Amino acid sequence: MSQINAAPPAPAYVFRCFESGKDMTQIEELVRDAEVKAKPQSAAPKPAFMEEVDDDGPLYAARRAIYPQSVRGFFRNIKWAMLGITLGIYYLLPFVRWDRGPDAPSQAVLIDFPSRRFYFFFIELWPQEVYYLTGLLILAAIGLFLMNAVAGRIWCGYLCPQTVWTDLFYAIERFFEGDRREHMKSDAAPWTARKVAAKAGKHFTWLMVAWWTGGAWVLYFADAPTLVKDLATGNAPFTAYLWIGILTLTTYTFAGHMREQVCLYMCPWPRIQAALTDEYALNVTYRYDRGEPRYSVKKSEQLRAAGQPAGDCVDCLQCVHVCPTGIDIRAGSQLGCIQCGICIDACDRVMEKLGRPTGLIAYDTDLNIQARREGKPMSFHLIRWRTSLYAAIIAIAGGIMIYTLATRDSEGISVIHDRNPMYVQLSDGSVRNAYTIRIVNKQLKSREFILSVDGIPSTLIDYVGLPPRADGRQLITVGPDQTKEVRVMATDYSPTPPAPSTTVLFTLTDIDSGATAQMRDHFFGPASKK
Amino acid sequence: MADEHKEIDAVTGTATTGHDWDGIRELNTPLPRWWLWTFYITIVWAIGYWVVYPAWPLITGSTEGITAWHARSAVVDDLAELKVQRGPLMDKLAEASLPEIAGSPQLLDFARAQGRVAFADNCAPCHGAGGGGAKGYANLNDDDWLWGGKIGDIEQTIRFGVRSAHDKTRAGNMPPFTGVLKANEVSAVADFARSLSGLPAEKGVDLDLGKKLFAENCAACHGDAGKGNRELGAPNLTDKIWLYASDKATIEQGILQGRGAVMPVWEGRLSEPVIKALAVYVYTFGGGEK
Repeated sequence: MSQINAAPPAPAYVFRCFESGKDMTQIEELVRDAEVKAKPQSAAPKPAFMEEVDDDGPLYAARRAIYPQSVRGFFRNIKWAMLGITLGIYYLLPFVRWDRGPDAPSQAVLIDFPSRRFYFFFIELWPQEVYYLTGLLILAAIGLFLMNAVAGRIWCGYLCPQTVWTDLFYAIERFFEGDRREHMKSDAAPWTARKVAAKAGKHFTWLMVAWWTGGAWVLYFADAPTLVKDLATGNAPFTAYLWIGILTLTTYTFAGHMREQVCLYMCPWPRIQAALTDEYALNVTYRYDRGEPRYSVKKSEQLRAAGQPAGDCVDCLQCVHVCPTGIDIRAGSQLGCIQCGICIDACDRVMEKLGRPTGLIAYDTDLNIQARREGKPMSFHLIRWRTSLYAAIIAIAGGIMIYTLATRDSEGISVIHDRNPMYVQLSDGSVRNAYTIRIVNKQLKSREFILSVDGIPSTLIDYVGLPPRADGRQLITVGPDQTKEVRVMATDYSPTPPAPSTTVLFTLTDIDSGATAQMRDHFFGPASKK
Repeated sequence: MADEHKEIDAVTGTATTGHDWDGIRELNTPLPRWWLWTFYITIVWAIGYWVVYPAWPLITGSTEGITAWHARSAVVDDLAELKVQRGPLMDKLAEASLPEIAGSPQLLDFARAQGRVAFADNCAPCHGAGGGGAKGYANLNDDDWLWGGKIGDIEQTIRFGVRSAHDKTRAGNMPPFTGVLKANEVSAVADFARSLSGLPAEKGVDLDLGKKLFAENCAACHGDAGKGNRELGAPNLTDKIWLYASDKATIEQGILQGRGAVMPVWEGRLSEPVIKALAVYVYTFGGGEK
């Protein structure tokens, strides 16, 4: 077991795979026995090298400095591409223009709090349509579940803002302080002007990136070019500076200093996602069926020459040195693993140099490891109940959202009946009800509507403070992208008194397009005399 | 004394507090540093509060703090700011005549908004939240007006009140007829008044007597045809609207005891623009006359 001692001690947060039963009490023994009996027969015992986890460490562990080594390879390239795409979208999207005419902002993506509108390219949402946000959250959650069911925590590894910014900050760190070895050496060495300059340069660049991150954030809430000008001339609102300050601080702290600790201690996703994964999900896996027993290159070749078993893992620790969370993937699936696949690239480079097949670490399942051990073929189940269900939920939720967005009306009416008095008896015996009506015009042009009410005979609508046109028509003009409140009175002039309550239907008609919006309400009359 | 607490726990290697409960000893685990520092920062923050805000109670009052902030003065400041914000429109409202207000959409909206609040504060206790009225308190939504329903009439009523102490008040009483009319005569007049708006008379009541008595006693104010007289606030008895109620007992009570509901003077209590706003608001309830 001398090879294992060469590896660094696993941190306390590594999952305990198996524990040797020293100093067990009687109760613990009973529990352990029950657990062993309850285990399904198919689950093979974990290999011996995974058992060495110190579970009696301190409750609070100081952070170990992590110096991830740079690496080249397929998954690293995907990560660079994702970094470029996601950060590119984040920093540049506010500057994308979208022509909405003179009465609306021309920013493609804008959350306009003062006028309570959300713009996303051709979509404009009003506050009462905030349920689309519910739909988005459902899509986001199920999308995450689906990713997890297909290939584990790839959200964490490639797309999470914490990962992306930390990756960028590591790149900056390497630019100023060098790769792993150089950086470690410099950190251990006494302070020199050169070291101070490198550190200062790094922190300054970090702060600039962080500041830019905060700056881009506020651009989503106001016209970007105007706000940039105002920020530059010092005329921007205080809130803008405050939020830039807050996001500069959080970005600098989280991506520069806290890094993997955010994932390990602060983030709920690792816990939730661990509960969502299953035996078919492709997780970053050390194929210990191939790798064990591990020996140095020299020793393994000697053993192989002698016909003794020797695995492909040469214990070079490259997978540990490149890991951004500082874990040893060979200890198995664990909380600290964000499934970024960087260790796959590192291991592949080593295997290539040694002339051994790549893929000693790969996106794979424990089931396949067992299958290979037993000489059975590997199997991949991308389409299964879980993934099909997630895909169906995404399709249904997305379909409903698209359908409702495409068919929603651009005009609306809401009616509030007067509460006091419920009805008014006029001197000639007719009965009048008053309503407050709010008319919604979601189009970007001014529109004219005509209002009618059905359900009671001999009705007349009077508009408070809204004189009729010269031609006698009573039209209600609603400005572009606005609402208008009108108080109207409906009077029943029929000789017979109306029922205590009659259902009436208000119809709003756009006189140009003929589009209508309807709302039901009630017309109240005197209670029948007993 | 500190030394006796230096006992080291054998299992964890941590110092103990020296407290011992039935053989269970308490480890002296230090607080996490981040927690401790957060605690210190909150203490510093609290000192900042003492400096900035009123904090320490004294025998009379308290320390003021450098800002001398006070909830009450903050309200006064807010109100003053509101007054400045509303200033231009309030000035316009004060200057504009009532027809001008009714003709300008902007002023009309502003007046109605002002009027709504002022109505809820001052008028709603008697007239109801929406001006629906109650027995003896006029419904302001209908088209029957005791003193006139033009916007100027409404303003005058609000300004000087009804049967108030003001010189320009709306005045005119329904006198009590107790002792003047006999019981059967009161019954006859009451039924005659009801018949004016088409309500049925009680059996055996002499409507001709009622008509005669009405002409002698009531027509002076209510008019020969019972159409009322706004100069005197005498209601129109021929319509379907009754300030008190249309049942015979209520009408007889009115004849016997008289009626004289009052409304207070609002001039001097409310500012000029608010009185105008109220007039506009009541006018737009729906009963206003052109």
